[in-house]
Amino acid sequence: MSAETRSPVGTRTPIYAFVGNPNCGKSTLFNALTGLKQKVGNYPGVTVEKKIGETYSQHGHPIKIIDLPGAYSLAARSPDEAVLRDVLLGRREDTPQPDRIVCILDASNLERNLYLVHQILDLGRPVILALNMMDLAAKAGLEIRVDRLEKELGVPVIPCEAANGKGIVDLRLAMSRSDLPLAKHAWEIPAPIAPAVSELAASLQENDGKAPLSARAEALLLLTDQDTVRVTGSVPLHPRTSEIFRKWQKRWEGEGTDWAGTLVSSRYDAITETCSRIVVRKANLGPSVSDRIDQVVTHPVWGWLALATIMALLFVSIFTLAEYPMNFIDGRIAALGNWVKAAMPPGNLRDLITDGAIAGVGGVLVFLPQILILFLFIGLLESTGYMARAAFIMDRMMSRVGLNGKSFIPLLSSYACAIPGIMATRTIEDQKDRLTTILVAPLMSCSARLPVYLLMMAALVPGERIPLLTKVGIMLLMYALGTFGAFGFAWLFKRTLLKGEPPLMIMELPPYRLPRLRDIFFHMVERAWMFLKNAGTVILAISIVLWFLAAYPKAPDGATPTQQLAQSFAGRAGHALEPVIKPIGFDWQIGIGLITSLAAREVFVSTMGVVFNSEGSSENTLPLRQSLLKATWPDGRPLFTPLVCITLMIFYVFAMQCMSTLAVVRRETNSWHWPAFQMAYMTGTAWVVSFVVYQGGHLLGF
Amino acid sequence: MPALSKLSELPVGAQALVREFPKQGSAFLRLREMGLMPGTSLTLIRTAPLGDPIEVKVRGYNLTLRKSEAEHILVETIATAKS
Repeated sequence: MSAETRSPVGTRTPIYAFVGNPNCGKSTLFNALTGLKQKVGNYPGVTVEKKIGETYSQHGHPIKIIDLPGAYSLAARSPDEAVLRDVLLGRREDTPQPDRIVCILDASNLERNLYLVHQILDLGRPVILALNMMDLAAKAGLEIRVDRLEKELGVPVIPCEAANGKGIVDLRLAMSRSDLPLAKHAWEIPAPIAPAVSELAASLQENDGKAPLSARAEALLLLTDQDTVRVTGSVPLHPRTSEIFRKWQKRWEGEGTDWAGTLVSSRYDAITETCSRIVVRKANLGPSVSDRIDQVVTHPVWGWLALATIMALLFVSIFTLAEYPMNFIDGRIAALGNWVKAAMPPGNLRDLITDGAIAGVGGVLVFLPQILILFLFIGLLESTGYMARAAFIMDRMMSRVGLNGKSFIPLLSSYACAIPGIMATRTIEDQKDRLTTILVAPLMSCSARLPVYLLMMAALVPGERIPLLTKVGIMLLMYALGTFGAFGFAWLFKRTLLKGEPPLMIMELPPYRLPRLRDIFFHMVERAWMFLKNAGTVILAISIVLWFLAAYPKAPDGATPTQQLAQSFAGRAGHALEPVIKPIGFDWQIGIGLITSLAAREVFVSTMGVVFNSEGSSENTLPLRQSLLKATWPDGRPLFTPLVCITLMIFYVFAMQCMSTLAVVRRETNSWHWPAFQMAYMTGTAWVVSFVVYQGGHLLGF
Repeated sequence: MPALSKLSELPVGAQALVREFPKQGSAFLRLREMGLMPGTSLTLIRTAPLGDPIEVKVRGYNLTLRKSEAEHILVETIATAKS
């Protein structure tokens, strides 16, 4: 008996892994057990979230829990699943191999959930099953004989309802046991492949140094997972093992044996048999609530209406709700700056603090309300299950450019701000699809471009007021340009740079669920913190650099801010830039704006205010409009002609004028390579399109 | 031998048994791992508003796949839509 038990309660803290299918309520259970004692980070080398939490056993001993990404199978198809596989098999050097595994299952969908469990039981580690969503199973007319399942598999089975806080105590109790039995998991490997499994297992033990029990599991895994998704941190196979595998593959191909299919089928056969004994269908209820909602939400007419309503709601709340906290933050930051100005003696240090650091922090914080609202919406869409429906509806359209429906929400969110959009691409399993989505997301016209558009429209249209129709027309044109640009480039990238397998749309449509506000809140705070840490530090640094460039070298005493800026490093950079931007109609003064607005696009407006010595603000562009209209080239030609205004707007549609987005892209793609490429292709496109528009317009006599 | 039809051409509401299922391709292996394989019974729930992808109920849950995959899966209809 002692050989069958492990005693993790010894010198070190036992480590549990939480695994389960997506939508099984794993995070809710994890949050319920660990509360705020969580550390969220990334697995080095991949963009898969690493969540480690701590809880206490019934006796007060600490327990570590690794919340692994949701997966349908150990045969990895995405980096998420590869991380799950590698952590469970102890292949990652950055994460300790878990001592015990808690499998969380959706009790209302037992068969498919048991597939992953079936693979995990092969690993020969102590396992606890948490049968979650027992209430939903009961509602669906299913009775699950928990004791029977326990007896059949030989592992503890804990029924729970994580969303209602039920079963947590029992789970903690099971996790506190010093000994856990190993599963009675004797299933017959199908005859045609059994000899191959033993031969591979022997080689894995001998050549790859695997433990006897996990060697068999790894051999089985090899048959359905040819190690195609290899992520940084995993160790490649020994050549001898690969050779044995290739030999068998050849033989099977000759015999016409479908080895992978046979293996999957035999697992499902075993599962179906188990389920026939433990699941009692008490009543065959009519269409469930989910079915009825779906009849409306995916309806050919109502479905579009529902999608449009939800999206309209999203944008209205971003543009109206976010305004109050944004104004508040703006006001506080300005007040803080003034307070420091009054409290400190004038000098470089004071200017660095007020104009560099405080203004920079303000520039970061002011985006936070919008980003939080977006994360809230994305969280709501994800946890209710609507996200999958939006993907289902939009898939056909996205397939035209070679993407799938899952890219829709990230791209749509990018209309408000590309940062949450890019962070939301983690739900896209296919790496090339995900990368394509990240690359084109910033082309969707975000809200930071609005002040630039508004200023240029003010300069474009004669008179104090812009006619509504003109305003709407030009805005629509800009949004359309960005959107077409995004889809065009997605199409191009999927055909050239990121060419891959034809995209799939194999996706579960989970039943609708009431959102768990606590989990969404956790998630929101996590994401916001990630944004502040990544983008925040970059914006702050850039703000200080830009402040320095604009403040030095110092002009002689008595110079106006305009004169100061003109002779500063930024002014000189503007001059240096002029030969490049003259062909698109911009002079060095606009060049300064292009440089400073790398921190955030809207900074262009305030820079123009300083450059042209005007008191305008982003809300009231009229005084600035007057100054812009008076601006000329040295030879007296007006600078802001209607053509230049239009060109400048178009430039901002395409140009990658946002350092914080680049910082987030760097994090999400784990390389400098992609943000650099993104900067180059977007700003390059911006220049080319601007050139065509400006020179073309010029030729036509504008 | 009853007549087989492509899963992509199954009418909405029909129940069917999977009879022939491609052996090659990672998409089909994943579909198997999601529980769709020869012998599995399924119900075609709906097609998306734009005609693709399709949604099937299999092993008690709802799964979507594109017609480009579904047309390689042959099924035997066991019941048409309940009126």
